[in-house]
Amino acid sequence: MKKDIFKVAGKSLKSRLIVGTGKYNSFSETAKAVQASGADMVTIAVRRVNILDKKKPLLTDYLDPKKIIYLPNTAGCFNSEEALRTLRLAREMGGWKLVKLEVLGDKKTLYPNMIETLKATKILVKEGFKVMVYCTDDPLLAKKLEDNGASAIMPLASPIGSGLGILNKFNISLIINQSKVPVIVDAGIGTASDATIAMELGCDGVLVNSAIAQSKKPILMAKAFKDAVISGRNSFLSGRMGKNLLAIPSSPLKGLI
Amino acid sequence: MAKIQLNGKKVVIKTNYSIFDLLKKYKLSNKKIAIEHNGVIIPKTSFKKKYLKDNDKVEIVHFIGGG
Repeated sequence: MKKDIFKVAGKSLKSRLIVGTGKYNSFSETAKAVQASGADMVTIAVRRVNILDKKKPLLTDYLDPKKIIYLPNTAGCFNSEEALRTLRLAREMGGWKLVKLEVLGDKKTLYPNMIETLKATKILVKEGFKVMVYCTDDPLLAKKLEDNGASAIMPLASPIGSGLGILNKFNISLIINQSKVPVIVDAGIGTASDATIAMELGCDGVLVNSAIAQSKKPILMAKAFKDAVISGRNSFLSGRMGKNLLAIPSSPLKGLI
Repeated sequence: MAKIQLNGKKVVIKTNYSIFDLLKKYKLSNKKIAIEHNGVIIPKTSFKKKYLKDNDKVEIVHFIGGG
Protein backbone atom coordinates (compact mmCIF):
# COMPACT_ATOMS: atom_id res chain seq x y z
CA MET A 1 0.00 0.00 0.00
CA LYS A 2 1.18 3.50 -0.81
CA LYS A 3 2.23 5.46 2.26
CA ASP A 4 -0.46 7.91 3.26
CA ILE A 5 1.50 11.14 3.69
CA PHE A 6 -0.32 14.31 4.67
CA LYS A 7 0.91 17.23 2.58
CA VAL A 8 -0.01 20.69 3.75
CA ALA A 9 1.51 24.04 2.80
CA GLY A 10 4.58 22.36 1.32
CA LYS A 11 5.22 20.21 4.41
CA SER A 12 4.93 16.44 4.50
CA LEU A 13 3.50 15.18 7.76
CA LYS A 14 3.33 11.64 9.08
CA SER A 15 0.41 12.39 11.36
CA ARG A 16 -2.92 13.91 10.38
CA LEU A 17 -3.39 15.12 13.92
CA ILE A 18 -2.22 18.64 14.73
CA VAL A 19 -2.30 19.57 18.39
CA GLY A 20 -2.53 22.85 20.24
CA THR A 21 -0.21 23.56 23.16
CA GLY A 22 -2.47 25.72 25.35
CA LYS A 23 -4.27 24.97 28.63
CA TYR A 24 -1.80 22.36 29.96
CA ASN A 25 -0.69 22.35 33.60
CA SER A 26 3.00 22.55 32.71
CA PHE A 27 5.33 22.57 29.73
CA SER A 28 6.49 19.12 30.74
CA GLU A 29 2.91 17.83 30.43
CA THR A 30 2.55 19.66 27.10
CA ALA A 31 5.67 17.96 25.75
CA LYS A 32 4.56 14.51 26.91
CA ALA A 33 1.09 14.93 25.43
CA VAL A 34 2.52 16.14 22.11
CA GLN A 35 4.78 13.11 22.01
CA ALA A 36 1.92 10.72 22.83
CA SER A 37 -0.25 12.32 20.13
CA GLY A 38 2.33 11.56 17.45
CA ALA A 39 1.70 15.00 15.91
CA ASP A 40 4.48 16.54 13.81
CA MET A 41 2.89 19.97 13.93
CA VAL A 42 1.79 22.06 16.94
CA THR A 43 0.06 25.40 17.20
CA ILE A 44 1.58 28.05 19.42
CA ALA A 45 0.73 31.60 20.42
CA VAL A 46 2.77 34.81 20.39
CA ARG A 47 2.73 36.80 23.61
CA ARG A 48 4.77 39.32 25.57
CA VAL A 49 7.80 37.98 27.45
CA ASN A 50 7.36 38.28 31.21
CA ILE A 51 10.28 40.64 31.80
CA LEU A 52 9.97 40.50 35.59
CA ASP A 53 10.58 36.75 35.78
CA LYS A 54 13.91 35.96 34.18
CA LYS A 55 13.88 32.30 35.16
CA LYS A 56 10.47 31.45 33.77
CA PRO A 57 10.64 28.28 31.66
CA LEU A 58 10.13 28.69 27.93
CA LEU A 59 8.07 26.49 25.62
CA THR A 60 11.02 26.23 23.22
CA ASP A 61 13.03 24.53 26.00
CA TYR A 62 10.46 21.70 26.04
CA LEU A 63 9.37 21.44 22.41
CA ASP A 64 12.31 21.71 20.04
CA PRO A 65 11.25 23.77 17.00
CA LYS A 66 13.88 21.87 15.00
CA LYS A 67 12.10 18.58 15.64
CA ILE A 68 8.47 19.63 15.57
CA ILE A 69 6.82 22.09 13.22
CA TYR A 70 5.67 25.22 15.01
CA LEU A 71 2.50 26.70 13.58
CA PRO A 72 2.19 30.23 15.01
CA ASN A 73 -1.42 31.15 15.56
CA THR A 74 -3.17 34.48 15.99
CA ALA A 75 -5.56 33.32 18.73
CA GLY A 76 -6.90 36.32 20.62
CA CYS A 77 -6.76 38.72 17.66
CA PHE A 78 -10.02 40.48 16.88
CA ASN A 79 -9.07 42.34 13.69
CA SER A 80 -6.81 41.87 10.69
CA GLU A 81 -4.27 44.46 11.88
CA GLU A 82 -3.66 42.61 15.17
CA ALA A 83 -3.39 39.31 13.33
CA LEU A 84 -0.94 40.69 10.78
CA ARG A 85 1.19 42.26 13.50
CA THR A 86 1.32 38.96 15.40
CA LEU A 87 2.24 36.86 12.38
CA ARG A 88 4.90 39.28 11.16
CA LEU A 89 6.49 39.07 14.62
CA ALA A 90 6.24 35.27 14.49
CA ARG A 91 7.99 35.25 11.13
CA GLU A 92 10.75 37.46 12.51
CA MET A 93 11.13 35.19 15.53
CA GLY A 94 11.57 31.89 13.86
CA GLY A 95 11.75 32.56 10.18
CA TRP A 96 8.49 30.68 9.67
CA LYS A 97 6.27 31.56 6.78
CA LEU A 98 3.79 28.87 7.65
CA VAL A 99 1.13 30.31 9.96
CA LYS A 100 -2.38 29.79 11.19
CA LEU A 101 -4.68 32.76 10.82
CA GLU A 102 -7.50 33.14 13.27
CA VAL A 103 -9.39 36.43 13.48
CA LEU A 104 -12.13 36.30 16.04
CA GLY A 105 -15.33 38.28 15.83
CA ASP A 106 -17.30 37.62 19.00
CA LYS A 107 -16.07 37.14 22.58
CA LYS A 108 -18.89 34.79 23.61
CA THR A 109 -18.76 32.32 20.73
CA LEU A 110 -15.21 33.08 19.52
CA TYR A 111 -16.69 32.76 16.06
CA PRO A 112 -14.30 33.94 13.36
CA ASN A 113 -14.82 37.33 11.77
CA MET A 114 -14.74 36.17 8.16
CA ILE A 115 -14.57 39.65 6.62
CA GLU A 116 -11.38 40.45 8.56
CA THR A 117 -10.10 36.90 8.01
CA LEU A 118 -10.43 37.20 4.25
CA LYS A 119 -8.78 40.63 4.31
CA ALA A 120 -5.81 39.33 6.32
CA THR A 121 -5.49 36.19 4.15
CA LYS A 122 -5.08 38.30 1.02
CA ILE A 123 -2.37 40.47 2.60
CA LEU A 124 -0.48 37.53 4.13
CA VAL A 125 -0.48 35.58 0.86
CA LYS A 126 0.86 38.68 -0.91
CA GLU A 127 3.65 38.91 1.70
CA GLY A 128 4.68 35.32 0.96
CA PHE A 129 3.12 33.61 3.98
CA LYS A 130 1.64 30.14 3.74
CA VAL A 131 -1.64 30.62 5.55
CA MET A 132 -3.78 27.95 7.13
CA VAL A 133 -7.07 29.65 7.87
CA TYR A 134 -9.52 29.08 10.71
CA CYS A 135 -13.01 29.75 9.39
CA THR A 136 -16.71 29.17 9.73
CA ASP A 137 -18.20 26.06 8.10
CA ASP A 138 -19.70 28.14 5.28
CA PRO A 139 -18.76 26.52 1.94
CA LEU A 140 -18.93 29.83 0.04
CA LEU A 141 -16.48 31.56 2.36
CA ALA A 142 -14.24 28.50 2.40
CA LYS A 143 -14.07 28.69 -1.39
CA LYS A 144 -13.29 32.41 -1.22
CA LEU A 145 -10.38 31.68 1.10
CA GLU A 146 -9.04 29.03 -1.26
CA ASP A 147 -9.41 31.36 -4.25
CA ASN A 148 -7.40 33.96 -2.34
CA GLY A 149 -4.48 31.63 -1.73
CA ALA A 150 -5.16 29.91 1.62
CA SER A 151 -2.90 26.86 2.06
CA ALA A 152 -5.47 25.02 4.14
CA ILE A 153 -9.09 25.53 5.08
CA MET A 154 -9.80 25.01 8.77
CA PRO A 155 -13.52 25.07 9.45
CA LEU A 156 -14.77 24.88 13.02
CA ALA A 157 -16.59 21.77 14.19
CA SER A 158 -18.25 23.89 16.91
CA PRO A 159 -17.12 26.92 18.98
CA ILE A 160 -13.52 26.92 20.28
CA GLY A 161 -13.15 25.04 23.55
CA SER A 162 -16.83 23.98 23.58
CA GLY A 163 -16.20 20.26 23.05
CA LEU A 164 -19.52 19.95 21.23
CA GLY A 165 -18.10 17.96 18.32
CA ILE A 166 -19.08 18.39 14.67
CA LEU A 167 -22.38 20.25 14.60
CA ASN A 168 -22.79 20.45 10.84
CA LYS A 169 -21.41 17.37 9.11
CA PHE A 170 -23.20 18.34 5.92
CA ASN A 171 -21.38 21.66 5.59
CA ILE A 172 -18.03 20.07 6.43
CA SER A 173 -18.66 17.50 3.67
CA LEU A 174 -19.52 20.24 1.18
CA ILE A 175 -16.27 22.02 2.01
CA ILE A 176 -14.25 18.78 1.68
CA ASN A 177 -15.79 17.97 -1.69
CA GLN A 178 -15.15 21.38 -3.21
CA SER A 179 -11.65 22.06 -1.82
CA LYS A 180 -8.39 21.45 -3.63
CA VAL A 181 -6.33 22.43 -0.57
CA PRO A 182 -6.36 20.37 2.65
CA VAL A 183 -9.38 20.69 4.93
CA ILE A 184 -8.59 20.43 8.63
CA VAL A 185 -11.36 20.53 11.20
CA ASP A 186 -10.31 22.97 13.88
CA ALA A 187 -12.05 23.80 17.16
CA GLY A 188 -14.90 22.17 19.03
CA ILE A 189 -13.70 18.57 18.95
CA GLY A 190 -14.69 17.12 22.34
CA THR A 191 -13.48 13.55 22.38
CA ALA A 192 -11.58 11.01 20.29
CA SER A 193 -14.62 9.72 18.39
CA ASP A 194 -15.32 13.27 17.11
CA ALA A 195 -11.92 13.15 15.42
CA THR A 196 -12.74 9.77 13.88
CA ILE A 197 -15.99 11.19 12.49
CA ALA A 198 -14.15 14.15 11.00
CA MET A 199 -11.65 11.83 9.32
CA GLU A 200 -14.40 9.49 8.09
CA LEU A 201 -16.09 12.48 6.45
CA GLY A 202 -12.88 12.85 4.45
CA CYS A 203 -11.09 15.65 6.28
CA ASP A 204 -7.36 15.75 5.60
CA GLY A 205 -6.58 16.39 9.23
CA VAL A 206 -7.84 17.44 12.64
CA LEU A 207 -6.59 20.10 15.03
CA VAL A 208 -7.20 19.43 18.72
CA ASN A 209 -6.24 21.30 21.86
CA SER A 210 -8.81 21.51 24.69
CA ALA A 211 -10.13 17.97 24.27
CA ILE A 212 -6.66 16.65 25.12
CA ALA A 213 -5.42 19.32 27.53
CA GLN A 214 -8.62 19.48 29.56
CA SER A 215 -9.24 15.75 29.84
CA LYS A 216 -8.48 14.10 33.21
CA LYS A 217 -5.47 12.29 31.74
CA PRO A 218 -4.10 14.41 28.88
CA ILE A 219 -1.28 12.07 27.90
CA LEU A 220 -3.59 9.07 27.58
CA MET A 221 -6.14 11.20 25.71
CA ALA A 222 -3.41 12.33 23.33
CA LYS A 223 -2.79 8.66 22.50
CA ALA A 224 -6.54 8.11 22.09
CA PHE A 225 -6.65 10.95 19.54
CA LYS A 226 -3.66 9.56 17.69
CA ASP A 227 -5.46 6.22 17.27
CA ALA A 228 -8.83 7.88 16.53
CA VAL A 229 -7.39 9.90 13.65
CA ILE A 230 -5.62 6.86 12.17
CA SER A 231 -8.84 4.81 12.51
CA GLY A 232 -10.98 7.46 10.89
CA ARG A 233 -8.53 7.90 8.03
CA ASN A 234 -8.34 4.14 7.38
CA SER A 235 -12.11 3.91 7.55
CA PHE A 236 -12.45 6.74 5.03
CA LEU A 237 -9.90 5.16 2.68
CA SER A 238 -11.70 1.79 2.95
CA GLY A 239 -15.05 3.22 1.87
CA ARG A 240 -17.91 2.29 4.15
CA MET A 241 -20.66 -0.19 3.25
CA GLY A 242 -24.01 1.05 2.03
CA LYS A 243 -26.86 1.59 4.48
CA ASN A 244 -29.99 -0.58 4.33
CA LEU A 245 -33.29 0.09 6.01
CA LEU A 246 -33.79 -3.60 6.88
CA ALA A 247 -31.57 -6.47 7.98
CA ILE A 248 -29.43 -8.45 5.54
CA PRO A 249 -28.07 -11.70 7.07
CA SER A 250 -24.34 -12.09 7.30
CA SER A 251 -24.38 -15.90 6.80
CA PRO A 252 -25.46 -17.54 3.52
CA LEU A 253 -29.01 -18.90 3.43
CA LYS A 254 -28.06 -21.68 1.03
CA GLY A 255 -27.39 -25.03 2.68
CA LEU A 256 -29.36 -24.16 5.76
CA ILE A 257 -30.26 -27.34 7.73
CA MET B 1 18.77 58.01 31.68
CA ALA B 2 15.77 57.34 29.50
CA LYS B 3 12.26 56.24 30.34
CA ILE B 4 10.85 53.66 27.98
CA GLN B 5 7.77 51.52 27.95
CA LEU B 6 8.74 47.87 27.81
CA ASN B 7 5.94 45.34 27.34
CA GLY B 8 3.49 47.87 28.77
CA LYS B 9 5.63 48.65 31.85
CA LYS B 10 7.62 51.81 32.53
CA VAL B 11 11.32 51.02 32.68
CA VAL B 12 14.28 53.34 33.24
CA ILE B 13 17.42 52.60 31.25
CA LYS B 14 20.82 54.21 30.81
CA THR B 15 21.45 56.59 27.94
CA ASN B 16 23.00 55.14 24.80
CA TYR B 17 21.32 51.82 25.52
CA SER B 18 20.72 49.62 22.52
CA ILE B 19 18.14 46.88 22.04
CA PHE B 20 21.01 44.43 22.34
CA ASP B 21 21.88 45.88 25.78
CA LEU B 22 18.24 45.65 26.83
CA LEU B 23 18.05 41.98 25.88
CA LYS B 24 21.26 41.29 27.77
CA LYS B 25 19.83 42.97 30.88
CA TYR B 26 16.79 40.66 30.77
CA LYS B 27 18.85 37.59 29.83
CA LEU B 28 17.02 37.20 26.53
CA SER B 29 19.95 37.51 24.12
CA ASN B 30 20.01 33.83 23.19
CA LYS B 31 16.27 33.24 23.26
CA LYS B 32 13.82 32.94 20.44
CA ILE B 33 12.18 36.35 20.64
CA ALA B 34 11.07 39.15 18.34
CA ILE B 35 11.23 42.88 18.96
CA GLU B 36 8.93 45.67 18.00
CA HIS B 37 10.30 49.18 18.47
CA ASN B 38 7.68 51.96 18.23
CA GLY B 39 5.50 49.69 16.14
CA VAL B 40 8.26 48.59 13.78
CA ILE B 41 9.75 45.08 13.82
CA ILE B 42 13.51 45.22 14.30
CA PRO B 43 15.54 42.48 12.59
CA LYS B 44 18.13 40.68 14.73
CA THR B 45 20.95 42.16 12.70
CA SER B 46 19.96 45.67 13.86
CA PHE B 47 19.74 45.01 17.62
CA LYS B 48 23.17 46.55 18.28
CA LYS B 49 22.53 49.54 16.05
CA LYS B 50 19.14 50.48 17.43
CA TYR B 51 19.45 52.85 20.39
CA LEU B 52 16.59 53.60 22.72
CA LYS B 53 15.41 57.08 23.66
CA ASP B 54 12.87 58.65 26.02
CA ASN B 55 9.25 57.53 25.54
CA ASP B 56 10.15 54.69 23.18
CA LYS B 57 7.78 51.76 23.17
CA VAL B 58 9.39 48.34 23.02
CA GLU B 59 7.62 45.02 22.82
CA ILE B 60 9.49 41.76 23.32
CA VAL B 61 7.44 38.69 22.37
CA HIS B 62 8.03 34.97 22.35
CA PHE B 63 6.16 31.76 21.69
CA ILE B 64 3.93 30.30 24.36
CA GLY B 65 1.44 27.45 24.45
CA GLY B 66 -1.70 28.13 22.46
CA GLY B 67 -4.46 26.55 20.42
